[in-house]
Amino acid sequence: MAVIQDVHGHGHDHPTGIMRWLTTTNHKDIGTLYLCFSLTMLFVGGFLAMGIRAELFMPGIQILEPELFNSFTTLHGLIMVFGAIMPAFVGFANWQVPMMIGAPDMAFARMNNWSFWLLPVAGLLLITSFFVPGGAAAGGWTFYPPLSTQGGMGVDMMIFAIHILGASSIMGAINIITTILNMRAPGMTLMKMPLFVWTWLITAYLLVLVMPVLAGTVTMLLTDRHFGTSFFNAAGGGDPVLFQHIFWFFGHPEVYIMILPAFGIISEIIPTFSRKPLFGYSSMVYATASIAILSCIVWAHHMFTVGMPAVGQLFFMYATMLIAVPTGVKVFNWTATMWRGAMTFEVPMLFSIGFIFLFVIGGFSGVICAIVPIDIQVQDTYYVIAHFHYVLVSGALFALFGGAYYWLPKWTGRMYDETLGKWHFWLSMIFFNVAFFVQHFLGLAGMPRRIPDYALQFADFNMISSIGAFGFGLSQLLFVYIIVKCVRSGEKAADSPWEGATTLEWTHLPSPAPYHSFETPPVVK
Amino acid sequence: MSSKLMAVLTGGGAFVYSGMAVSSKYNFPEPQSVIAQDIYDQHIVALWICLAIFVVVFGVMGYSIVKHRKSVGHKAANFHHSTTVEFIWTVIPIIILVAMAWPATKTVIAMKDTSEADITIKATGYQWMWGYDYLQGEGEGISFYSQLATSQQEIRNQAPKGENYLLEVDNRVVVPVGKKIRVLMTANDVLHAWWVPALGVKQDAIPGFIRDAWFTADNPGVYRGQCAELCGKEHGFMPIVVEVVEQEKYAQWVAEKQNASAAVVNTALVEATKN
Repeated sequence: MAVIQDVHGHGHDHPTGIMRWLTTTNHKDIGTLYLCFSLTMLFVGGFLAMGIRAELFMPGIQILEPELFNSFTTLHGLIMVFGAIMPAFVGFANWQVPMMIGAPDMAFARMNNWSFWLLPVAGLLLITSFFVPGGAAAGGWTFYPPLSTQGGMGVDMMIFAIHILGASSIMGAINIITTILNMRAPGMTLMKMPLFVWTWLITAYLLVLVMPVLAGTVTMLLTDRHFGTSFFNAAGGGDPVLFQHIFWFFGHPEVYIMILPAFGIISEIIPTFSRKPLFGYSSMVYATASIAILSCIVWAHHMFTVGMPAVGQLFFMYATMLIAVPTGVKVFNWTATMWRGAMTFEVPMLFSIGFIFLFVIGGFSGVICAIVPIDIQVQDTYYVIAHFHYVLVSGALFALFGGAYYWLPKWTGRMYDETLGKWHFWLSMIFFNVAFFVQHFLGLAGMPRRIPDYALQFADFNMISSIGAFGFGLSQLLFVYIIVKCVRSGEKAADSPWEGATTLEWTHLPSPAPYHSFETPPVVK
Repeated sequence: MSSKLMAVLTGGGAFVYSGMAVSSKYNFPEPQSVIAQDIYDQHIVALWICLAIFVVVFGVMGYSIVKHRKSVGHKAANFHHSTTVEFIWTVIPIIILVAMAWPATKTVIAMKDTSEADITIKATGYQWMWGYDYLQGEGEGISFYSQLATSQQEIRNQAPKGENYLLEVDNRVVVPVGKKIRVLMTANDVLHAWWVPALGVKQDAIPGFIRDAWFTADNPGVYRGQCAELCGKEHGFMPIVVEVVEQEKYAQWVAEKQNASAAVVNTALVEATKN
């Protein structure tokens, strides 16, 4: 942060200290705030994960009582999804979108400030809900009624937090859409935009589409809880399954909201370190758009066991399997980009290759989950836990790590420690697989998810998984150390430290980037 | 480095597969019904397909990582698209997916066919136990609750954990072998899910609604499952145990259960007349 402060010697009248951060309308400051917030939340959510894995280290109840265990799993999910992964990508968008399209800042600078400062409020609501009577919400991050109508005040705090987070996301998304559509440099047509910008444009549309749906469904839940309505209560003429339909109409696009910008980051890093243009740029754009559209018509694959009619199950199975096609196209394009390149393997590239490798495994288990008969067996087991951690941790989170290492030189003007970065990658890679690969076996062999205690045949894999999780959690402390070291005492970075980088922030801006990226727009040929 | 990596991966894959073959620790439990068998087989086929794609994609990528690196002096080419190649790698996955979807479709239709059942049992989820009512067929009228039989001492680590820790109940669901059993699922309070992996049945139990599923057990035995939908603090402590027995044994069980309930009714009558 100190480094960025050094940069803006423009003679503007900026407040300093805490007021600088509270009142800032600068996309870089706000991007930094988003990234710091999400890193903090990563550790809060990670702490909860450590609690879960500690309880599951051995059979029997040792550390967490069952109700508290349920609160841990619930808040782990909510905090990681809404507090860590989503804000991190918005932080990347804040930093990168204006620089990559040749704009001075985001379109709505004040709204940008507001959409960030809503987040800590929501985060505090979620965290403090542990300390209210009745404890935090314990109905899972999907908070299905009627169970979620049973909980105490913690559930209301969760609902309020989700409202606030949703408002923040919608504002962020509108801002990103407006910036991308109106503030591109002359000559930068849509089909010349860097892929990261493209993926975020599509993601922002998804956010605007589905966040209001989530707000609607949590509001219905709130009125069911306190104002006597019966949307989800069969005794009053409602239907608990209705909640699941509405929730997953939000929830499935949500998983693509968390992975499309990751695809964007990977699509920037792979060409840079292969020293070769991205293979199939336009098919990448079309594949991203297809995934986004398909993601809106597959929601009920989360509900194959609710007892839909066969036609419903088959429709959602076919539509879900179809997503494998554009996703496959992306993987093939990345491979073809690497093919006959001149690759080097700096930390961003390592994380990108790790991403592809593990995301493909998550994609395979995704196809297996899409097949209704198999899903009937694995639904709500550890197989599903393994599947979505492969796409969200080694998918979204690895892409975020890769992106952070990639752009840190531009953000801070300093290089990170390459050796330590490699340690971070390999430790994360190994411990991640130790933690999550064995969970496939647990799920297949019949261990349900969200249980604080388990039958004895699951004991050895659970212990292995816990060891992996502890190792993975500890490895992330190294990431914090690397960032602090980079900001404080990293070597000075060149304007373009990566030989193969071609986007505007590397070719047209110094490192660190000036406070207002482009005061006169560059011309893109 | 990378060829070593590939060797480890292939070795790992082989290990995983051999593991699947010998024990259910790495795979679904041994299937005990037609549907469970279909699921098991389709999963194995899907795994092989995934493995094949994995080897092809990462074989190419691995080769590229070894050969096309700057440190061995490889110069970057400059190609960036090829309509033919892109068309091919769009069409091939579609064909593979259709091949996977076809058998799955047949199984889905078979799973949904709950008609002409020999015995119909209603399973009701409660926080936190199961209630069973035999509604139709041999044993009609039998009704009981089924609760976790594992002691709190075992759960609290104050006593050694028994063989079927968390997977034993006081009253098992008893059904005859080879008969089509239709299970109606519902719940009394929140969502639950009735799941017996070896029989290939998992169905959510939804309060206020009735859903159904079916199985025909191939062999006598005891098959264990658990509630599969989060239902509150004791969610991990409401197992399901289905005991599949020969026809004669089933008739005997029905007779015992009906006598017992008749005895309960008689006692109640006696009590009532006394007052």
